[in-house]
Amino acid sequence: MKIILNNREEELSGENLSVSEMLKIKKFSYKMRIVKINGLLIPREEYESTIIHDGDNVQMIYLMSGG
Amino acid sequence: MRFSEIKDHLSGFRVGIAGAGGLGSTCAVALARSGVGTLVISDFDVIEPANLNRQYYFTSQVGMLKTIALKENIARINPDITVIALAEKLDHLNIPEIFAGCDVIVEAFDKDDMKEMIAETVQTRMPGTPLVMGSGLAGWGKSETIKFRKIDETLYICGDESTTAGDEMPPMAARVGIVANMQANTVIEILMKKTRDYFRQ
Repeated sequence: MKIILNNREEELSGENLSVSEMLKIKKFSYKMRIVKINGLLIPREEYESTIIHDGDNVQMIYLMSGG
Repeated sequence: MRFSEIKDHLSGFRVGIAGAGGLGSTCAVALARSGVGTLVISDFDVIEPANLNRQYYFTSQVGMLKTIALKENIARINPDITVIALAEKLDHLNIPEIFAGCDVIVEAFDKDDMKEMIAETVQTRMPGTPLVMGSGLAGWGKSETIKFRKIDETLYICGDESTTAGDEMPPMAARVGIVANMQANTVIEILMKKTRDYFRQ
């Protein structure tokens, strides 16, 4: 399926992937992050149950310690 | 636009600042100098000597609550600013209460899990409230890697999004200051586009 990932078109193998699966496929390994799908933030405990659909706009932002 | 007009416009807004360390104290001072009317600042920490490498405090303030010291420092810079200082540990329950009525919220935590917590809380429980975050500011140099990204109308990210602060990569005044001032600059940009609500109590 095709999604927009961090403002770039991205082809992912498989349909209707969960957020967890997408993170694994894309090797987004850093543990603290924000995931937004079509502008809606997906809380961490919903990564398994939330499905990314074809055409979705996905944002993944790493949150780094320091302040 | 003249500074007097800018200041007058900004005086009508309220900004929440979550954390009063390197990001929070520096950002708060920039907003106070610019004339943002009310700052709601929350932090439960006291000032330690090690904080002085980047945080807007003085040696005589070591041992004081950061919020009390920051309120004092802001009063010396711009006495027209109202500072609501709270020594609370922020969590997903008290954030919507503490920052209720804020036009913008600045994330100024040190730890990444707290950054994630406030992002989840503000984005899901305070929809429409813009959150300006800092992510990636440790070390020195590499100014070209520090960037600003507007994710959407409610989420803004300042920082290099890649360095993690640690013993071998400490946060330092110059780089933290760039990000903190970038956050303040973003807050000002958001507020300058906003219409003042003259009927607000």
